[in-house]
Amino acid sequence: MKRRSTFLMTVLGFGFAFLYIPILSMIVFSFNSSRLATVWGGFSTKWYASLFSNQKVIDALLLSLKIALVSSTIATILGTMAGIALARFTKFRGRVVFSGLVTAPLIMPEVITGISSLIFFIMLADWVGWPGARGFTTITLAHITFSMVFVSTIVNARMVQSDRAIEEAAMDLGSKPWQVLFDITLPVISPAILSGWLLAFTISLDDVVITSFTTGPGSTTLPLLIWSKVKLGVTPDINALATLMVLTVGAGVVAAGVIMFRAERRRLADERLAYRNND
Amino acid sequence: MSAGRFSRWFDRKGWAGLIIGAPYVWLLVFFFLPFLIVLSISLSTNTPTAPPFSFGGEHPVINPSAYVRILTDSLYVRAFLTSLFNAGVAALLCLLVGYPMALGLTRVSTTWRNVFLMLVILPFWTSFLLRVYAWMGLMGKNSWFNGLLTDAWNILVPMDWAVKSVPMMHSNFAVVLVMVYTYLPFMILPLYASLERLDPVLDEAAMDLGSRPAQVFRDVTLPQSVPGIIAGGMLVFIPAAGELVIPTLVGNASQPMIGRLISDEFGQARDWPMASAIAVALLVLMVVPTMLYSHFQAKAEGSK
Amino acid sequence: MEEPFLRIEGVSKSFGAFQAVKDVNLAVGKGEIFALLGGSGCGKTTLLRMLAGFEEPTAGKIFLDGRDMAGVPPWERPIHMMFQSYAIFPHMTVEANVGYGLKHEAGLTKAGRAARVAEMLDLVQLKPFAKRRPHQISGGQRQRVALARALARQPKLLLLDEPLAALDKKLREHTQFELMSIQERTGVTFIVVTHDQEEAMTLADRIAVMDRGEVKQVGSPTEIYEFPNSKFVAGFIGSVNSFDATVVDREGPNLRLSVPGLGGAVIARDVPGAVAGQKVSLAVRPEKIQLGKERPTSPNSFQGHVKDLAYFGKDSLYRVALGDALVQAHAVNARRGDGGARIVDWDDEVWLSFEPSSAIVLVS
Repeated sequence: MKRRSTFLMTVLGFGFAFLYIPILSMIVFSFNSSRLATVWGGFSTKWYASLFSNQKVIDALLLSLKIALVSSTIATILGTMAGIALARFTKFRGRVVFSGLVTAPLIMPEVITGISSLIFFIMLADWVGWPGARGFTTITLAHITFSMVFVSTIVNARMVQSDRAIEEAAMDLGSKPWQVLFDITLPVISPAILSGWLLAFTISLDDVVITSFTTGPGSTTLPLLIWSKVKLGVTPDINALATLMVLTVGAGVVAAGVIMFRAERRRLADERLAYRNND
Repeated sequence: MSAGRFSRWFDRKGWAGLIIGAPYVWLLVFFFLPFLIVLSISLSTNTPTAPPFSFGGEHPVINPSAYVRILTDSLYVRAFLTSLFNAGVAALLCLLVGYPMALGLTRVSTTWRNVFLMLVILPFWTSFLLRVYAWMGLMGKNSWFNGLLTDAWNILVPMDWAVKSVPMMHSNFAVVLVMVYTYLPFMILPLYASLERLDPVLDEAAMDLGSRPAQVFRDVTLPQSVPGIIAGGMLVFIPAAGELVIPTLVGNASQPMIGRLISDEFGQARDWPMASAIAVALLVLMVVPTMLYSHFQAKAEGSK
Repeated sequence: MEEPFLRIEGVSKSFGAFQAVKDVNLAVGKGEIFALLGGSGCGKTTLLRMLAGFEEPTAGKIFLDGRDMAGVPPWERPIHMMFQSYAIFPHMTVEANVGYGLKHEAGLTKAGRAARVAEMLDLVQLKPFAKRRPHQISGGQRQRVALARALARQPKLLLLDEPLAALDKKLREHTQFELMSIQERTGVTFIVVTHDQEEAMTLADRIAVMDRGEVKQVGSPTEIYEFPNSKFVAGFIGSVNSFDATVVDREGPNLRLSVPGLGGAVIARDVPGAVAGQKVSLAVRPEKIQLGKERPTSPNSFQGHVKDLAYFGKDSLYRVALGDALVQAHAVNARRGDGGARIVDWDDEVWLSFEPSSAIVLVS
């Protein structure tokens, strides 16, 4: 019996309105010609033009992308190792501590992670003279640390689901454990690794709090630039920047969703066909 | 010969050691060690040196005065209470809005469900900062949204109480509202995951035994979704309690939350021991109970 | 005519363009065990769900004890169901599961409720497990919890959806008899849905065989087995050898048929509606066929050779090539052969025979 409740559908409708009206409003006002960001003064695209001619914005975007690319790649390698280790090695010395270390950054308030990273880098510079100046390196190190645990969570979830027997079959056929890892395990979990990388990339690109603690003079990422402007209030050029960012990410997520949905439907159709042909 | 021995060792143990070791060492150095430093600084004395703390003087090993201040100074006590209150209300509101949404998601056709789920997840991938910013636009004095609320208010209340605009920005109300907005997906997803797992036959069994739909919800659906409620509640409550961005942008500066306080003590006041002590206190208050809970939860699941 | 306890009158159910149940008419008496038997997708489960109230019929009516059930929601029907998956509430103890339905019974005190739960647990012998949680009991015990829970409210009608399907073979036999004894003690009318003919035959007083949404035949197990009214029913219940045949003429109380597949004439008991020249089907059950090395005296005797045999110990199944046809014969191994040799073995020439009364002529 299908139960469709009017109440639930109404809440669902209002819920989505709540989630999307602020963003839509922001997009609309990015085309506002008035300097007052919240009062409509006619249609204009001038804020977009001024955005593209603003060298600060472009520099900040490039720095953000550079940090996100490097940190998400290293975080994916380390996070995949951690996820595999947690799923496959159930007994080793210090496993409890290890699993604690892998989950703690997930729920650690960002302020604490940020402040402890900053103090760590200052003390380290004090003791060993490195890192000399804070900026790209320190931000990247901090981003790797907190985004690798997201990767390991995704990889671990996928590993737990995967059939152990296929790895045992490979070993039975003569592969050494590390060969099994490259021949079997990694290809099987590659979708999880990819989504882990995407998540790490997005988290790095988006982060304000930890970056604001670990940055140094002259290293302004895009979120930091927005942060410093937004603290002063709502401005139309931020509306334009926000619109571009939201639409880019939104288009990416929707495209990824559609591709995944199509692939899944394709797979189901193939399975049905195979089933029918072999009947 | 030794190369052969090495490769045998590597095949059996070495590769495993590498896979465990690399992330382990990384997290110990870049996550655990910094935290230990913070912990020790929280027990030091604030000095006008660089870095601004030292061990020695009156309290050669341990100086607990920062912790004493947290417990006695009303500024800190109030900040903790404000944080807990705002995060608690936000989590509760997220539950009230998110539960029917998650339940609604389980009741629509598969195609629509995929679309709706994508709509729930989409904000995850868009900038957190910009989602907060979007509300700044709506809550401001001159915005269409504020105008709408102002008109509604002026129609509903007597003339004497009429206002020019609703004072939403820079208040706890604004903080909670934006928290609900930004953290709502964190509530919906675990709730949906636990509701979707439930066997609809159990609903039918309860109806068959004489329960009306409302009683089915109370007796069958709700108790079985408790793990989802707890997971969602923690996912909202914990980051909300330590939130820095939201209170900075839309909050009331005279009623700071803990995150703001840590940042201010560290930056403006240059009181590292105090900032560290507040951070440790926040951690003990929130993160440790969570980790213990999930640890025992996992154990209980395992024994089933 | 006296009003039957449960009357299903012209009930149909469509889901979009798909007709799951087509114009079903059934009458079930009080205290009966009635089985709905059919393969997957035959509409038996949909019919059951209409009785429970989870689906409303597209057309037709259901009367229970004279009351029209149309529009009565599941929670108000005096009909309870034992679900195929048992649908035990995982977050409640065995006791709480059994007592759940009693919460809705106004006028039942706490003590009365506890007494009824105890009585039910006694009935299904689960007293020692009252405080256990569902994941701490076995599959057979879960089945009994589901039964006790459904019976606790003293329903007028109990619906059992594949009640034994989830149990292993040994437990199934035992549970079958237990179900029958519980039914006898409580006097509740049972409607059992099953795809397993043996289960239907042993449990039920009467069976309705369903196919593609339609009821093909209703009758006692013997009627259904010995006097099937169609090729489908004959083939669905038990195994059967079936041949195309043509009616030649009448001979006393019997019919003479020409059966090309057997290479000759067959004498079969007359059926109403058969006329000379009509194309019919002839069906003979394997266990009704005698098999021997000597030529028998029966009018229906045919010679062939053993192509295949399966030895089960107490009996054997033979596949005998007879012209183009392969005939199955099921024979009890009543005697022992000498020194391990079989009395009838592979490639032996044998005679097959059957009585005219064993031959089933199917007009439709």
